[in-house]
Amino acid sequence: MFTFTMRRLLLAIPTLLFIALVIFLLLELSPGDPMADMPLTIPPEVRQQMRLALGLGEAWYVRFYSWLYLFSVVEPSHVMANMTGLEWLRVEGPRIISFQTRSPVADIVAQRLPQTLWVVGLSYIFGILLAVPIGIYSAYRQYSWFDQAGTFVSMVGFSLPTFFTGPLLMLIFSIWLGWFPIIYDTTLVVDSFYDFGLQLRQMAMPVFVLTLYNAAQITRFMRASMLDNMTQDYVRTARAKGMTEKVVVLVHVLRNSLIPVVTVIALGIPTVFTGAIITEQVFRVNGLGALLITAIYASDIPMVLTLSVVFAILIVLFNLIADILYAVLDPRIRYD
Amino acid sequence: MTDAVVFRAPRNQWWDVWDQFKTHRGALIGMLVFFGIILFCFVGPWLWPYSATHIDIRARNQGFSWTHPMGTDQLGRDMFARMMKGGQVSLAVGVVGMLLSIFLGALIGVVAGYFRRVDGILMRMTDLFLALPLLPLLLVMSMLFRQPLSNAFGVEMGMFLMIVTAIAITSWMRTARVVRGDVLALKEREYVLAARSIGTPPGRLILRHILPNVLSPVMVSATLTIATAIITESALSFLGMGFPPDFPTWGRLVADGVDYLQDYPSRSMMPGVFISMVVLSVNYIGDGLRDALDPRIRGR
Repeated sequence: MFTFTMRRLLLAIPTLLFIALVIFLLLELSPGDPMADMPLTIPPEVRQQMRLALGLGEAWYVRFYSWLYLFSVVEPSHVMANMTGLEWLRVEGPRIISFQTRSPVADIVAQRLPQTLWVVGLSYIFGILLAVPIGIYSAYRQYSWFDQAGTFVSMVGFSLPTFFTGPLLMLIFSIWLGWFPIIYDTTLVVDSFYDFGLQLRQMAMPVFVLTLYNAAQITRFMRASMLDNMTQDYVRTARAKGMTEKVVVLVHVLRNSLIPVVTVIALGIPTVFTGAIITEQVFRVNGLGALLITAIYASDIPMVLTLSVVFAILIVLFNLIADILYAVLDPRIRYD
Repeated sequence: MTDAVVFRAPRNQWWDVWDQFKTHRGALIGMLVFFGIILFCFVGPWLWPYSATHIDIRARNQGFSWTHPMGTDQLGRDMFARMMKGGQVSLAVGVVGMLLSIFLGALIGVVAGYFRRVDGILMRMTDLFLALPLLPLLLVMSMLFRQPLSNAFGVEMGMFLMIVTAIAITSWMRTARVVRGDVLALKEREYVLAARSIGTPPGRLILRHILPNVLSPVMVSATLTIATAIITESALSFLGMGFPPDFPTWGRLVADGVDYLQDYPSRSMMPGVFISMVVLSVNYIGDGLRDALDPRIRGR
């Protein structure tokens, strides 16, 4: 198991390097000019100097190497130093600077991350908490009215795009009923129960939209996995030796059916970050997705590159976690 | 006592598939809805007097009426005509994107499954593509290639080509994996050995003997890919990264309507409902096809 994990970890490094290179080269072709927003009165020589100051003068491989060094050594050291408060961790020197804000990319990401984590993370947890019981009961009473309704709702939740459910909820709950605000206010400081209520109200709709989507997907897997296991021989044996239905379903069947579902959940976590881009845009949540969109519009190459590679790292990491979890949970699977 | 032998006329296996498909009520309704929407989008404009881009500023922001069944927008363009036009684009992107993606996936899957030498490298490539952050990449690609392609093929055709290619090269991986798995199993069958022993070249072996047998998983993933392609196109248009603003697609119409959500909610809801109906019906068709094409379920 350990050698498998180590091998996969080592294999992940060239994969990530390659992805970073692909994204870097794609951006290299970019026609967008970060100097396009500057006043036209700036003389060409000065403009050239400014381009050099942004680090655009070198050959692409030099810039890729320096970005890689900054991304893998300098930025993590600053993040670690900020998290632990240990100043000696900081590596001195230049950092990855966003073209838009002229401040280090890692700092901006650290500012935006909490919003995304709150909205997206909560909706994922709610999704799992909803999906697992619904999936269990649907499979246990297959073709009952509950199963029919559950399958239909999960099909609908799986098919409706979030840029439709978002405005639909806004229309019903903000405009007609007036319960929730349309725009997510990131500047809200929660220091009283009143503000806490406001925070809950503004989070309700984005969390609900994403919860519906996540729950729909996980329910489908949970139900299918339970159905696969319900007809196995060990279930009949458990019933034959006099176990109660509750023990058979919730202990024997559930534990076995959770194995594929847990891996699906782990695989879904990175897509939650990238998929939430649209939901963040709909509700104006000031998170990572919104950051990426504005960076793309502004040709902010360091920001786009760093964010995309962060997303890629998340995907590769959770793929690895899913594989390892699969082997840990199911003793029949051994990779060695 | 002898059993009464029932003589059945020999018939094509696709009739059996159809019989099984008919028993799936959701799939049947889904197919009706899907064909209904296709008719609406592609036949409708021939019968409908208004054009999608005709501006009549004096008739702006109208509600539902017999002349404008879905009202008009802020420039007085007929929403009914815009819905039809937008649907044409969304459906065309979905179907063409699906065809490209399936072609790519089936090609890579068959080659990887059949030729052992390239299997390793092709599957590593598939894993690599699965690890790419797709939506950010699509956004970056549409930012990069918008201008050059518009110059080369005209604005609309250029965007169409770009979106279709972008969808295809970001969604072929699932098909490739499924097809490769099936080809690996099929390759060991006796009939393939028989075909090879009489000297069938690999190309014909794949086309005549292997491809028809991987058709069912390919068809299922084709339907699911249409759904993803339509959602991806609408999402790109919604984020303003798709077709140009005056060119209606369903995603674009939703995005434009959101600004008027308070006063004219139907403007963003109608295209949203249409996207949802298409995706839902396509997903149901996929479910029904999966059951119908599975010989273990069929005939029970």
